[in-house]
Amino acid sequence: MAEEVILLDTWVSPFGMRARIALAEKGIKHEHREEDLGNKSDLLLKMNPIHKTIPVLIHNGKPVCESNNIVQYLDEVWPDKSPLLPSDPYLRGQARFWADFVDRKVFDAGRKVWATKGEEQKSLMEEFIGHLKTLEAELDGKLYFGGEKMGYVDVTMVPIYSWFHAYEVSGNFSFESHCPKLVAWAERCMQHDSVSKALPSPEKVYQYVLQLRKRLGIE
Amino acid sequence: MADEVILLDKWVSPFGMRVRIALAEKGIKYEYRDEDLRNKGELLLKMNPVHKKIPVLIHNGKPVCESNIIVQYVDEVWHDKAPLLPSDPYLRAQARFWADFVDKKIYDTGRKLWTTKGDEQKSATEEFIGYLKTLEAELGDKPYYGGEKMNYVDVTMIPFYSWFHTYEASGNFSIESHCPKLMAWAKRCMQHESVSKTLPEPEKNYEFVLQMKKRLGIE
Repeated sequence: MAEEVILLDTWVSPFGMRARIALAEKGIKHEHREEDLGNKSDLLLKMNPIHKTIPVLIHNGKPVCESNNIVQYLDEVWPDKSPLLPSDPYLRGQARFWADFVDRKVFDAGRKVWATKGEEQKSLMEEFIGHLKTLEAELDGKLYFGGEKMGYVDVTMVPIYSWFHAYEVSGNFSFESHCPKLVAWAERCMQHDSVSKALPSPEKVYQYVLQLRKRLGIE
Repeated sequence: MADEVILLDKWVSPFGMRVRIALAEKGIKYEYRDEDLRNKGELLLKMNPVHKKIPVLIHNGKPVCESNIIVQYVDEVWHDKAPLLPSDPYLRAQARFWADFVDKKIYDTGRKLWTTKGDEQKSATEEFIGYLKTLEAELGDKPYYGGEKMNYVDVTMIPFYSWFHTYEASGNFSIESHCPKLMAWAKRCMQHESVSKTLPEPEKNYEFVLQMKKRLGIE
């Protein structure tokens, strides 16, 4: 029986990008549906009634919500190709720890930056860079967080790279000067089709951010 | 070779309680160490340099941090007794989704409840009750979130039962009157020694919170 896999998503969401990368890494045929978050579809509201957010993976009619949860699910159902989580429980615990760090520290600080300006924004930007430096230290000379190949933490983190240009222009700084090894890691990931095809162009993201800040009444 | 298992924890922490329950369910011998969070021990700072928080499980010298990650680790390493996560990937994703819901909604809103007053507290109370009702709806008529036995979601949520009295006293409301089925579920869990021996007395918890409020200058 053929698998039916649908992904409800939006092009600019770094959470959606995680699911897209995992699906591509594993060569899973799926239908990608772009949602309008200002006018959410019946399907989205039915499949994720609790949070009403994307991404949502619908596998043979059954929904899986929350991006890191989706990636783990894909890894468990399609374990043969491109395994993302290590098989050793301790290393798996480590991978989950860092994915959680990316969510609660990196993405959270990164998101707050857009809702602020002036001194407050500058301070949040510094916090954001601090978290990136922590991640860079964890990378510690490895090619990827997963070691020789991309793994769960790489997939969780690399989507934010498409937002780097927007941060740099807004904050008037360069990530390269603060965390060159992390930038090199991101560019290494971008050499994978699964990543380069999932991430939107940095310029497109920047235009989106300008519109977002206008809508929030910040500039 | 005997396993060496140490848990760095704090008696009142609902996050620490999750780990204690999981360890007890699985009959794992371990050394419990209560941390003074205003004067953190060297071992804690060494084992969790990123967040500097409890709980931390140290298994044969190697640390695992973040309560839900620890519970999953314990479940994977000691998988024969009292399995907490389902073996089916879809059901496992559902369990993770609800544990994530508890993490994102219950603790933070609960904290707002006892650290605020007036309209802000009223609003936090309503929000909190809303989340409890969502959880109650998910339970349905099952005895536990895990069906016939406690599972990962039960373990993630039940520690907050020791905080119910504190929430009720702070927000001046009764959880029983809003979510009777959830209360019944909690009392059912408390019939397990792993739970009843882990959760502190609700009154002790409330005393602790009153002291915290004084120290934080809340009233």
